[in-house]
Amino acid sequence: MTASTTTTATTTTATTTTDKGTPGSEAGHRRATPALGGLNTTLLAIELRRVLRNRRTLVFTLAMPAVFFLIFGVGAEYAGKDAGRGNVSAFIMISMAAYGAMIATTSSGAAVATERALGWSRQLRLTPLRPAAYVAVKIATAMVLGAVSVVVVYVLGALTSADMDGIGLWVSTALVAWAGAVVFAAFGLFMGYLLPSENVMQVLGPVLAVLAFGGGLFMPLEEGSTLATIAEFTPMYGIAKLAHAPLTGDSVQWTWVLNVVAWAVVFTVGAAWRMRRDTARV
Amino acid sequence: MTTTLDTTAPSRMRHRAPAISLRGVAKSFGSVEAVRGIDLEVQQGEIIAFLGPNGAGKTTTIDLLLGLSRPSSGSVELFGTAPRTAVEQGLVSAVMQTGGLLKDLTVEETLRLTASLFASATEPAEVMRRAGLLEVADRRVGACSGGQQQRLRFAMALLPDPDLLILDEPTTGMDVTARREFWAAIREDAERGRTILFATHYLEEADAYADRVVLVRKGEVVADGTAAEVKALAAGRTVRATFPGASAEELARIPGVDGCEVRGDTVLLHSSDSDAVARHLLTATPARDLEIEARGIEDAFLALTADHDGDDQ
Repeated sequence: MTASTTTTATTTTATTTTDKGTPGSEAGHRRATPALGGLNTTLLAIELRRVLRNRRTLVFTLAMPAVFFLIFGVGAEYAGKDAGRGNVSAFIMISMAAYGAMIATTSSGAAVATERALGWSRQLRLTPLRPAAYVAVKIATAMVLGAVSVVVVYVLGALTSADMDGIGLWVSTALVAWAGAVVFAAFGLFMGYLLPSENVMQVLGPVLAVLAFGGGLFMPLEEGSTLATIAEFTPMYGIAKLAHAPLTGDSVQWTWVLNVVAWAVVFTVGAAWRMRRDTARV
Repeated sequence: MTTTLDTTAPSRMRHRAPAISLRGVAKSFGSVEAVRGIDLEVQQGEIIAFLGPNGAGKTTTIDLLLGLSRPSSGSVELFGTAPRTAVEQGLVSAVMQTGGLLKDLTVEETLRLTASLFASATEPAEVMRRAGLLEVADRRVGACSGGQQQRLRFAMALLPDPDLLILDEPTTGMDVTARREFWAAIREDAERGRTILFATHYLEEADAYADRVVLVRKGEVVADGTAAEVKALAAGRTVRATFPGASAEELARIPGVDGCEVRGDTVLLHSSDSDAVARHLLTATPARDLEIEARGIEDAFLALTADHDGDDQ
């Protein structure tokens, strides 16, 4: 809708109400449409509260990566082993933080499946909220939850055996692990719009685990092996490489960036396609 | 300002647009015609019942009114604008039959969230008071009874202080007490002058709460009048006759006829004075094979709205 039509419609209906002298006419307030397609901080705050209230989400996005780190990343064996500009403990910390962030963003995105099943999406279409604003809130929520997941693992790492050369590496690896997870917010949205189930995460949880192993996120794959070659085409590969690069000191390769960009495009286009279909007026 | 309106409203309208204007609206899903050409104009301040059996096209029409779907043909306008524009401005809101609630939010959170989406909205506490939800404000929606959830939907619909409120079979599945409480809240709200359209398949609800009743059957309007008129229509007798070549316009002019239907060579005339109609048919027209049937209100309503074999177009 263009600005000019809004103005015309507003004028028209304002006249109507003033003449009528019925509810709300004194105020004449509701002729306006909300800014940003209905996007606002109350909506964001309540969405976040919903996420933090969901025990299952908290277990999978915060507790599980933290516990995995404590099991697989803490101890003299890892602390003593060198991983470039830090120890193996730090390497695993980065892996788990990225994994947690990706689970967090996927589950936040996939929450649209539940909301569709409950008829909430339809209810929202009886409000001024635009689909794009709804998706923006989902992504923002996903990224906040992803950030919490990263911070939890990093705090545990700092308190235990993770070691990196300087605060700069802590910050840069954390930021890359977190930012990369946005690709999986798009993945979650895509799956949330694609799959009819109310429990999409029961399907996506194992899928993410397979992608993490297959993409070499948990442990580096043997150079030159078939698995390593396949890994380069899977969606967690680029993020895993980029997040670890500051620690390992490997120079960033364009194939990693290409991997991230390509999957980001695939998931975003997929999500937009399914969303358009879902919100289309038939 | 008024000039703007005059260009959008039909010329016979006074200075304000009708709350609802449906012109030749049809909607098909594949080969299924859910709505087959409805014309309906609802003036501001009317309380109108959309009465008909399940599958009559009530929900489809409501979806069209709310901009949730697009008509296959015809036009839909609310207050002279497109439905989606009316929704975005908070001019229209709706209480749907089921769903549409997040179980993990509290009643108050649901209302605060919904309110935040509008440019301007009534305080959640105020709509909770009006919908009788204050005592369950902090209860999770999932823990609320069906009646409470329905009142929450009603409270949500009140938030933008809409000029038009649409209710789709709002009391389905409620027990008698919940139904009474729900209608009490609606009735109190209606006194504020809001235009209300509700779909129902309960004749007594239409009779008790609407100023005007629109009877729909198989996607078409079969009767439209005040509750009293429609009741009289339903309460009278039906004269059935074989009358080849009769037109509905001609039949409607017969004194005493308040509803008529032509099915091929057979005509059905509803009247509260069936004797006069029968006398006229036998003396002034070529009609023959007369049958006169008396019916109770419910029977007549069913007959008016029921599916008949052989009248598919």
